[in-house]
Amino acid sequence: MSHQSPEMLAEKAKELLVEYLARYDEMKPKEKMAIPAQPMREQDPDVRNKNLEEVAIGYTMEQARVEAMRCLQCKKQQCVADCPVEIDIPEFIKHVANGDIQTAIDVIKRTSLLPAICGRVCPQEAQCQMNCTVGKGLKDVNQAVAIGRLERFVADWEREQGVVKIPDVKPETGKKVAVVGSGPAGLVVAADVRREGHDVTMYEAFHKLGGVMRYGIPEFRLPNSIIDQELDTLDKMGVKIQTNFVVGRTRKLVDLIEKDGFDAVFLGTGAGLPIFMGIEGENLVGVFSANEYLTRANLMRAYDKDFADTPIYPSKNVAVVGGGNVAMDAARMAKRLGAENVYVIYRRTENEMPARNEEIHHAKEEGIQFHFLRNPKKIFGTEDGRVKAIEVTKFELGEPDASGRRRPIAIPGSEYIMDVDTVLVSIGNGSNPLISRTTPDMKVNKWGNITVDESQKTSMNKIYAGGDIVLGAATVILAMGEGRRAAAAINKQLKEEIEAGK
Amino acid sequence: MSKILFKKRLSQDVYLMRLEAPLIAEEREAGQFIMLQVDNDYGERIPLTIADADKEEGSITIIFQVVGKSTDELSKMVEGDNVPTLVGPLGTPTHIENFGRVVCVGGGIGVAPLHPIAQALKNAGNHVTIIIGARNKELIILEEEMKAIADEFIVCTDDGSYGRKDLVTAPLKEECEKSPKPDLAIAIGPPVMMKFCALTTKPYDVHTLVSLNTIMVDGTGMCGGCRVDVGGVVKFVCVDGPEFDGHKVDFDNMISRLNSYKAIERKDHDCHLEKAANEKEGQL
Ligand SMILES: Cc1cc2nc3c(=O)[nH]c(=O)nc-3n(C[C@H](O)[C@H](O)[C@H](O)COP(=O)(O)OP(=O)(O)OC[C@H]3O[C@@H](n4cnc5c(N)ncnc54)[C@H](O)[C@@H]3O)c2cc1C
Ligand code: SF4
Ligand code: FES
Repeated sequence: MSHQSPEMLAEKAKELLVEYLARYDEMKPKEKMAIPAQPMREQDPDVRNKNLEEVAIGYTMEQARVEAMRCLQCKKQQCVADCPVEIDIPEFIKHVANGDIQTAIDVIKRTSLLPAICGRVCPQEAQCQMNCTVGKGLKDVNQAVAIGRLERFVADWEREQGVVKIPDVKPETGKKVAVVGSGPAGLVVAADVRREGHDVTMYEAFHKLGGVMRYGIPEFRLPNSIIDQELDTLDKMGVKIQTNFVVGRTRKLVDLIEKDGFDAVFLGTGAGLPIFMGIEGENLVGVFSANEYLTRANLMRAYDKDFADTPIYPSKNVAVVGGGNVAMDAARMAKRLGAENVYVIYRRTENEMPARNEEIHHAKEEGIQFHFLRNPKKIFGTEDGRVKAIEVTKFELGEPDASGRRRPIAIPGSEYIMDVDTVLVSIGNGSNPLISRTTPDMKVNKWGNITVDESQKTSMNKIYAGGDIVLGAATVILAMGEGRRAAAAINKQLKEEIEAGK
Repeated sequence: MSKILFKKRLSQDVYLMRLEAPLIAEEREAGQFIMLQVDNDYGERIPLTIADADKEEGSITIIFQVVGKSTDELSKMVEGDNVPTLVGPLGTPTHIENFGRVVCVGGGIGVAPLHPIAQALKNAGNHVTIIIGARNKELIILEEEMKAIADEFIVCTDDGSYGRKDLVTAPLKEECEKSPKPDLAIAIGPPVMMKFCALTTKPYDVHTLVSLNTIMVDGTGMCGGCRVDVGGVVKFVCVDGPEFDGHKVDFDNMISRLNSYKAIERKDHDCHLEKAANEKEGQL
């Protein structure tokens, strides 16, 4: 579909709202399902692929209410069952339909702490929206109730009102908890533990907080101001923050407990160690992990070429290898930084791509070129060691593998060469090795992920872990869910200690 | 944030600074480095070796050469100023034991990171021969400090303005030819020097460590920007290093990767200068 102007969408929704409000209470499910799905208002693709501003502008109040009216308020709430933190979705949507946004946000916040973020980055089509009755009825998952967009609307509304409620903090208990890492897992633990009146210090290796949400996911998808808002809440709750502090190096993990007197520690150190392909030419100048490329652009602000000291490689023709969110972000960032041609090279087909549907769609609109069923074989360099081309092999889909996805099989002799000057590798991450290397007693699995029990406790006493360091590269919402579980276990441990008079 | 306690100019563009960093001073071991930024928002993160530490004062010493915009800005900061971002100690510490006879080779600014390692090796009971070199007399640093550690001490300059007129590889070769040959060599300096030191010791089969100063972004193993090829295996300098077996490092690739941004940095640098000049004009 071609781009629809934000103004037009807003006007349209105004008319629709008047029409539906008059008869909302009597509407039958069939009529509700006939309400047109409200498209997200977005910047024009040809404009936005040259700026860093957020692609999605957000719903207007009228759009949100019309979209909310599409919800059937099902008895069997498939959406809730598919939400990793079980937000009471029909309940909050009902309040949106009625225009009572304050109550809607209160409902969401009963279970989710970071709705403005999750509304933007959750893979809704694989979670709450996957089995939504409306989407099923209309035989298109993209026609499901836009739960994520509504969640985002509600959270943004609260922020824009300037009425963000600071959670109550119980009286000080005298117990101390260290939270290592300030990604979504760490943020949630800090908030949940602090609420119980425990003294919380959050340690972060970087000079800025937010983890991947800050250094990985670009501004055009998740503005920094939103992360800052969440951090501001933690600050107001009295969470102490220590940046430029690498646990394991600046201080040994066990010293936090033995020397600094922490009663519990949560490790939310995230994924690390980008995986490379192991092909010839991978160390040439111009081959970067997507992590490095995005960190330079986002955290180090290299996109701001006039001011930033951190340089970013100037590219004309870029090959991005991989099919996840990280690959989409790297591709779209390269385009924004001035690349003329950006090719995404992916081993399987579009159906198998792990990236969010919306990101794939946006990337296409912005002029990213997709080469499916292709895999790099070799990277060629110039005499002075810079990338000049990439050789790729064509694949076809064979029998389904263990994961049920059809396995890609190389077609012999199908290799061809593409002229590129930059290759961005985005095929996944290993685990952050810093803690395990400096903490010999910490049990990790064969991929280096920290092993935990069902309460997120590690093999070491008083130490808990969650998020990508446990799951391998996963999602914001899963990191958040693990954080909540860990916080509950920490609060339980401390409560028992207090009751036992320890 | 870290306060500059002391600053001294060692040679034309080489500076020494003592920075307030009690935790880093307590934890650091020989061979480790820090990363710092001169501006929290727009600064780049640059790795610098910890040349020394004083636990009592709670300070670390860094020695750096002005080579780009960040080191230039750092060199303009004065005692009492705060370095906004300082993180460490990073990297795997040098493995120290009594190897027997060790030759330490330091070139130019590389003498700074070599100093704590030589000291630790000496303390562990090794017989330590130290060779330091530079382009000319003016660029020799830490001579007294190194002399104090060394059992044998050799200084070379390229132009003969001080000590022997030789490249450091010449005395290194002589050391390898002595009997018994050294049990270990450590070479730290410009990449080309380390490359040739490794080539010098190779025929004598003297195990040779080099300390690599690649481009880094995070310094914690997250980006892979610091990667090098060591014996055909990709290693991350910030977590696996900075020290590696010099006979296995692909120096040519490492050197070309160090120059990744050469063209742009130059331009940026000029561009900043231009801006400053324009601003001045605007004020007139
Ligand atoms: C480019 C990109 C795009 C993504 N897009 C999406 C998306 O659209 N939707 C989605 O749901 N997920 C997405 N993800 C994944 C998601 O961001 C992660 O799953 C999530 O952030 C994991 O959270 P975490 O709290 O476990 O760790 P992280 O967010 O990785 O945070 C860990 C933090 O710990 C710090 N740290 C590490 N070691 C130490 C130490 N020793 N001491 C102190 N601090 C330390 C790190 O510096 C970091 O700030 C994306 C990831 C990337 C890289
Ligand atoms: S499944 Fe869809 S229609 Fe049913 S309650 Fe959930 S959001 Fe509403
Ligand atoms: S500097 Fe990023 S992984 Fe080493």
